Amino acid sequence: MASTHPIVPLLFIATLGWNATAIAATAEHSAPAAKLQPVADQNSGSLSGGTADHTKFEALKGPFQTGADVTKACLTCHNKAGEQVMKSVHWTWDYRNPRTGQLLGKKNVINNFCTNARGNEGMCAQCHAGYGWTDATFDFTDQARIDCLVCHDRTATYYRLPNSRGSAICGVLFENLAPIDFAHVAQNVGLPGRENCGTCHFNGGGGDGVKHGDLDSSLTRPSKALDVHMAVAGPNFACTQCHVSRHHQIAGSRYDMVAHDETGLGKPGARRDVATCESCHGTTPHPKLSLIGWQLNHHAERVACQTCHIPRIARGGVATVTDWDWSTAGRLIDGKGYAEEKYVQADGTPRHTYWSIKGNFKWDENFVPTYQWFDGRMVYTTADTKIDAKQSPVPINVVKGDPGDPNSRIWPFKQVRTKVPWDPVNKTLVFNHLWGDDDTAFWGNFDLVKSVSAGMKLENRPFSGTLGFLDTVSNWPITHMVAPKGDAVGCGECHKPKGRLAAITGVYLPGRDGFGWLDTLGIIALSLTLAGIAAHAAIRLALRFKIIWRPEWRPK
Amino acid sequence: MEAEMSQASAVPPPGIPQPRRSVMIYTRYERFWHWSQAALIFILAVSGFAVHGSFTLMDFRTAVLIHSSAAVALIVLWIFTTFWHFTTTAWRHYLPDVRGLPAVIRFYVWGILVGAPHPYSKTLKRKQNALQSLAYLSFMVIIGPALWASGIIYLAYPLWGQWATGILGLPTVVFVHTAAADLMMIFVIIHIYMTTTGKTFTHYVKTMITGYDTIELTPAEAAYLEEEEVSRLAKS
Repeated sequence: MASTHPIVPLLFIATLGWNATAIAATAEHSAPAAKLQPVADQNSGSLSGGTADHTKFEALKGPFQTGADVTKACLTCHNKAGEQVMKSVHWTWDYRNPRTGQLLGKKNVINNFCTNARGNEGMCAQCHAGYGWTDATFDFTDQARIDCLVCHDRTATYYRLPNSRGSAICGVLFENLAPIDFAHVAQNVGLPGRENCGTCHFNGGGGDGVKHGDLDSSLTRPSKALDVHMAVAGPNFACTQCHVSRHHQIAGSRYDMVAHDETGLGKPGARRDVATCESCHGTTPHPKLSLIGWQLNHHAERVACQTCHIPRIARGGVATVTDWDWSTAGRLIDGKGYAEEKYVQADGTPRHTYWSIKGNFKWDENFVPTYQWFDGRMVYTTADTKIDAKQSPVPINVVKGDPGDPNSRIWPFKQVRTKVPWDPVNKTLVFNHLWGDDDTAFWGNFDLVKSVSAGMKLENRPFSGTLGFLDTVSNWPITHMVAPKGDAVGCGECHKPKGRLAAITGVYLPGRDGFGWLDTLGIIALSLTLAGIAAHAAIRLALRFKIIWRPEWRPK
Repeated sequence: MEAEMSQASAVPPPGIPQPRRSVMIYTRYERFWHWSQAALIFILAVSGFAVHGSFTLMDFRTAVLIHSSAAVALIVLWIFTTFWHFTTTAWRHYLPDVRGLPAVIRFYVWGILVGAPHPYSKTLKRKQNALQSLAYLSFMVIIGPALWASGIIYLAYPLWGQWATGILGLPTVVFVHTAAADLMMIFVIIHIYMTTTGKTFTHYVKTMITGYDTIELTPAEAAYLEEEEVSRLAKS
């Protein structure tokens, strides 16, 4: 499947899942992921079922010129929605973790995919729930800038474009798209379906399934085997069935997780604060009257539900990136960027293994997670962190947890190893200016020193001018793609030597652990016993059958 | 030798051979206990060492299920058997009697090799020789209790595990359980070998299956059996 393409027509196809169809016509490129089509009758939990027909509202008759016009119409009835959305991380991209004190959110963090949204808002803020964020001047208090439709469109005809023009090599991508019929979309709003959330969350990291490994387009219409809750032929859960919300504040953010929910069900209908398994299944979900069930309920105190019930990562036919190398980015053929697609995922779609704008990728699917003790806290390596390069790979986020802490449980993670650009003199991660129609943007000039200089200057941060590449690892908790109970990880996959939990310390794991010398002593004792018996029996037989015999031995 | 024999068995007096009769010395319950216990111990050993990860004969879940069920069955059996021992006074057979010990040990080290007679004769009141009593006593009061006590604590880990996070609690319990299991294994292997040391290689096993062995009876014992428990005397 190896192929080489000129870069221009295929840039961002993966990123812009929704307009990929339009691009494909000009791309001469293997079929990209199509716009996610709505799935009917998704179960959104207690909010399911409406009391209003939006086609009947005068305010929604239009005509509307822009999305912001629709938002203003929405707010005439939903007059509290604006201030609610403005408090959500979907709007602020800014989050102060109350337990670690760290300032997180897409506005602040540097990860080991496309590294930083900051300075690249023109592109990245397509997934911001607002219109027009291109730089630091964006007005976060203007309710008309909220994008209601990206979450609430149920027609699949609404799409977003980059907020600013990128380099000339990217601009052509967004031409010839069908105009949006805003009135039609506005009259057909509803509770968010999987395809709404998936527009951004399935494409984290720059393409379908790239970042998470447990979130990709296969969850739009999953089978029961892939996801027992979201299965179209099963409960058909929308994301919001578990990611409950109150006042547009949605539970279950990765930035501050509940690793061990000891409250469980709570009072009927009361809990709106967590997206944990226990909030529906309780804290003792296995049969209490069976021996194995009893033991498993106890396991749940130390082992996250996900550890057994999500047996493998990326089982839906869509692969996920496990390794990324920025140091090879910028290679050109005849002065132009190019891409190679040497990996074909299970659903038949080829994936980039090299792309001039991003470097080399390695992919994997249907693979066993990495397991770590986790108490819900992640400590991030941020732009402020002085990096100890002796530690290799440098963790982009440190998973906190301790076997001696009852709040910690063993959780599954997807790990991504990336060589990211960094400043080896100042010993910091760097902001990279990837997107822009200026000559400093990497996606255009293919000059990392120039683009990083621009990115750091934009942030008023020092850059030594020396660019290195740092081996990093990031940890992504796995919590989606819950398999049917029959497919859960078997006891013996961990309770054996060199099993799934071989690297987990601080617990005695029957079947995995022993006492070394006691087991050796047992084997020695057994061997001596058998040898003694054999010797005794041999002498007995030899004397009895007079093979060796002296008459004076005869008993009197 | 004669002196030693009389010292070991005490009854009958030396020089007066008593009539030998085939008598049921292992009652139906004793045989049921012995063989069901033997089967359970074998099942527990195989499943237990599978749980321990010593070999991969069965998957962990199956091993845990079999091991736990067999353990519960064995505990129930032991409760019944303890009750039986005290109600029938059979427990007296296990009282340690060190007087005969040297002769028995000497027999197994040398006498048995050259075809000397066993220094001990079973009697109705005392079915086991001194070494047997000592071995079975240690089996019943040391190895057995160490196994079932640590096993019950191990099995009940869900009830106390939350107060013993980390590596302190469970490893200690598992250590005791595994060490006792090692001792049990060695006991059973020697025990099985010893069954071949009777008059014939299979004599003791046959006795444990049929319950009958030929022993000397005092006139009083013979009279008692004729009168009260005639079913224990084999028709001759």
